[in-house]
Amino acid sequence: MGKNFFFDRNEPVPIDRVDGRAKVTGTATYAAEYKTQQIAYGFLVGSTIAKGRIKSLDTKMAERAPGVLSVITYLNAPKLPGYQTGKDPSKPPTAGQPLRIFYDNEIFYYDQPVALVIADTFERAVHAATLVKAQYEKAVHQTELDANLSRAKVPTGPRFEDYKRGEADAYKNAPVKIEQEYHHPIEVHNPMELASIIARWEGKEQVTVYTKTQGVEATQRSIAAAFKMPLENITVNAEHIGGAFGMGLRTWPYEIACVMGAQKIGRPLKLVLHREQMFTNVGHRPETIQKIGMGATTDGKLVGLTHEAIADTSSYEEFTEATVNISRFLYACPNVTTRYRLVPLNICTPIWMRGPGEATGAFALESAMDELAFALNLDPLEFRIRNHSDTDPERNLPWSSKHVKECYEMGAEKIGWKERKLQPRALKDGDWLIGYGMGTGSFGAFRGAATVKIKLEPDGKLLLQCSVNDMGPGTATMMTSIASNEMGWPVNQIKVEMGSTNFPPGPTQGGSTVTSTVGAAVQETCTALKEKIAELAGKAGSAFQAVKAEDLKFSATGISLQKDASVKIAYNELLTKNGLAALELTRESKAKQQQSYSMYSFSVHFVKLRVHPPTGRIRIDHVVSCADAGTIVSPKTAASQMIGGVVGGIGMALMEDMVIDHRFGRPVNNNLADYHVPVNADIPPVDVLFVNKKDPHTNPMGSKGLGEIALVGVAPAVANAVFNATGKRIRSLPITPDKLME
Amino acid sequence: MINFEYLRVSTPKAAIEALSRDNTSQWIAGGTNLIDLMKKGVMAPQKLIDISNLPLKEIKKEGNKVHIGAMALNSDVAENELIQREQPLLSLALAAGASQQLRNMATVGGNMMQRTRCPYFYNTDLPCNKRQPGSGCGALKGFNRMHAIFGASDKCIAVHPSDMCIALAALDAMVLVNGPKGDRRIPFTDFHRLPGDTPQKDNTLERGELIIGIEIPDNPYRKNVHYLKVRDRSSYAFALVSVAAAMDLEGGTIKDARLAMGGVAHKPWRLSEVETWLKGKSVSDAVFREAAQLAMRGAKAYGQNNFKLKLAPNAIVEALKAATQKT
Ligand SMILES: Cc1cc2nc3c(=O)[nH]c(=O)nc-3n(C[C@H](O)[C@H](O)[C@H](O)COP(=O)(O)OP(=O)(O)OC[C@H]3O[C@@H](n4cnc5c(N)ncnc54)[C@H](O)[C@@H]3O)c2cc1C
Repeated sequence: MGKNFFFDRNEPVPIDRVDGRAKVTGTATYAAEYKTQQIAYGFLVGSTIAKGRIKSLDTKMAERAPGVLSVITYLNAPKLPGYQTGKDPSKPPTAGQPLRIFYDNEIFYYDQPVALVIADTFERAVHAATLVKAQYEKAVHQTELDANLSRAKVPTGPRFEDYKRGEADAYKNAPVKIEQEYHHPIEVHNPMELASIIARWEGKEQVTVYTKTQGVEATQRSIAAAFKMPLENITVNAEHIGGAFGMGLRTWPYEIACVMGAQKIGRPLKLVLHREQMFTNVGHRPETIQKIGMGATTDGKLVGLTHEAIADTSSYEEFTEATVNISRFLYACPNVTTRYRLVPLNICTPIWMRGPGEATGAFALESAMDELAFALNLDPLEFRIRNHSDTDPERNLPWSSKHVKECYEMGAEKIGWKERKLQPRALKDGDWLIGYGMGTGSFGAFRGAATVKIKLEPDGKLLLQCSVNDMGPGTATMMTSIASNEMGWPVNQIKVEMGSTNFPPGPTQGGSTVTSTVGAAVQETCTALKEKIAELAGKAGSAFQAVKAEDLKFSATGISLQKDASVKIAYNELLTKNGLAALELTRESKAKQQQSYSMYSFSVHFVKLRVHPPTGRIRIDHVVSCADAGTIVSPKTAASQMIGGVVGGIGMALMEDMVIDHRFGRPVNNNLADYHVPVNADIPPVDVLFVNKKDPHTNPMGSKGLGEIALVGVAPAVANAVFNATGKRIRSLPITPDKLME
Repeated sequence: MINFEYLRVSTPKAAIEALSRDNTSQWIAGGTNLIDLMKKGVMAPQKLIDISNLPLKEIKKEGNKVHIGAMALNSDVAENELIQREQPLLSLALAAGASQQLRNMATVGGNMMQRTRCPYFYNTDLPCNKRQPGSGCGALKGFNRMHAIFGASDKCIAVHPSDMCIALAALDAMVLVNGPKGDRRIPFTDFHRLPGDTPQKDNTLERGELIIGIEIPDNPYRKNVHYLKVRDRSSYAFALVSVAAAMDLEGGTIKDARLAMGGVAHKPWRLSEVETWLKGKSVSDAVFREAAQLAMRGAKAYGQNNFKLKLAPNAIVEALKAATQKT
């Protein structure tokens, strides 16, 4: 592993992950691990056809199996009031009708749940599930994107309509042009932790759930909508998440099934999906076929860019993502056309997967940039610099900050870009061909709303609470770090409680927004706390009469005057004198309506790799990833985020591919032995470099998001390096040995 | 997964008797393959007879042979000093298989008996003649990227997934078997079989016969050996194609050679004809390429695995080259 991910600038000393010890010692509790009395276990039975109707269901054998408490199917499922309206008012992320589990006998995709078997042990539930016999009336399914392009349609939602700047398809008339098609298959999030939920009803009115969600409030709203219950009767907890990469960004039918099942049996119920069901029931990165037409002048100025994408969605919902949008702003180009289409297939609705559409779009765009640079006989880095967008060409706004050129420079230096040859196959090491490649990534730097509650104890302990959870990026660490910097007290005096609707509302963990949103809220709450302390100090003693926060020096035990350290008061005294047991404060924080800047994070990834032509094997030797993400708030967890994104990007480039046998409409490699993600041996040293310059406009800390740009641009960097090594342009991921072998 | 009984035995005799008594019983060693198959409903024994404690773990020299007990763990064999010194090809092949955790559980006997990884075999709602004779071969016109190019039939194009077995086939190992009808010695290359019309049978072992060990006769292949495994990721993936190559060199001349391929057939694919051809030839890329062409006679691909027709000979050349370059 590269050593220098902790750049040597005047950074706060990187703090360790605050939940690190709990995680590696196994004391961090994940959704399926909560202990509750009298718990029962559920297991889902999936359909064996991809489209049609259930003709008959025989559950008798399963019901009679030892330990079985209930078998729920559409024939006996409680009628959920929210299902009867035909609309889910919780605003799911997609247009259409979310799958209503056990609602009727219609089958939309392979492995769609047709029964929930509940037993007193997990093993008994699993066994009884094999005894449920279903007969189907099969209809002709469609699972193949390529074979259904004639059914492609424009999504109904906003932001995804055709876009045109300047002249349509102007690239066609450029002196130098390329026109190519790019493809990547379905990828599956496959977090280590399986999708899991425990639901426990207290009486008929109240329910508590522990579930793998990236947003406890979103789940709370979905349950409220399905069961037509008041929000306050539903508690959702998700403190720790064993990875999600986007699969927890919505409430899935299995979660509703568990809440329904627990209600039916009058006992707490645990439902954990099988790994195979993780491939079929909780979304995926949609397969996309993309076309890029790109033209430039002979001196390498972009003239026109057309980017089209066609992606799969389910037959009951429209899932959309910003696949083509990146082409509208990443480069200065007068004529840009984008078109985005969806093809409904008999498959579960997709869901954002890390870097989402931007990552798939960047694969096409950044591969095409490399192709055009080659056609122009230009260094691809130089080509990008010549087409740098100094302002946002899509919105006609200045960037809030953009330091991509610095990323180019420091990354090129670190990877040794000057060794790269313009012509492929020019660098060799024995039988291996060496190549260098790069790719750029970008993602909107959004900021949402969050409320943080802070509590100061007499002994100077600080407690922060927010409903946001930590799916791994280090949110708790980031919050601790900001509070520690802001208050000037040590990390071990600060505790964070999170991941529950019992705490003040925070954002969903996704879209690279959490640090900007919650971090800003922590900072603003700390500022408010300091002001409040100053106010209380004024009331507590004459020495502090009319002081302001900036007149005070804050330590973990008490405050003193900036100008005279001997004038001090401990927090316990301060609180006592004000008749308080502790000091509590809650602040909501959100972005000001900011229309005058365009806000994006950027990344540039450099890859050096080698290819063995006789066998097609690829070894990545080195990755350098540079991020322009504003202020880096928590350097250590930020560097880990980047490394994780690079690993995901390498997986996308070289191995991830869910294979569907279209004759049966089902995946055939839905397990972790056959669906490959990188192992340690695939991952080279990864150097992470941050520009680490404050963005003056995004939020008070000046941070921008990081989670997505860590992955966006990695796959094209790999593909471009493969071209540089071998002269083979691989436009269809993953790049497996058979595609390179000569 | 159905309820099953679990029983431990401590002698080979008891193991054989226990199995013969009950038609629905099955031995379990490391369990790394059998348990998966039971979870998938592919195999459903009602009684598991645990043989992992049988006193068959020895790895030792016996006269002019190396003897390896059937219960020796894959990792113990791979890391064993005697094996590394005298049979390094076996050590290399073992280390290329599965993951360290699996190798720590898996036994030599279990490794030989592991079933194919063909997805149609593994999923009970898909057709597979090996799992359910007569149901058809799902892979023939389906997802067959991993499948056989040698010796397959239209009933089955699955491959044997083992790495260890490729080296053992190359090294003329002998399989030692105890059974209800007495003891047998089966040459390794006769142990696994081709699918023909009965793909449900992976090998020539009769029910009730227990593998008790492996013998490898002394050989000169201590230096110029190589196990090349081409796979979709750097570890923890089955071979697209693998090659076990061993050479006995004198100057630039090949006195003798051993060659076998994995990932290409229903059994470890020993290339005896090529070995004979190589004898007496001098080391050169051209010779290796010719040898590789010879090896490919009779190869047939099924669509998604067409690339193996090129990868396999390339891999043979690379493995032979790498073996000669060992010093
Ligand atoms: C994810 C994964 C990846 C893998 N990757 C690889 C790989 O890359 N290369 C590779 O070679 N292997 C690989 N393997 C397979 C692994 O090598 C086998 O699972 C293992 O060798 C089986 O040994 P075991 O002792 O666990 O067998 P068990 O699962 O205990 O038994 C398997 C079968 O053998 C029978 N059996 C066991 N011992 C005897 C005996 N002495 N006599 C007669 N019958 C016996 C059992 O009855 C059972 O039917 C992988 C496995 C997994 C799960």
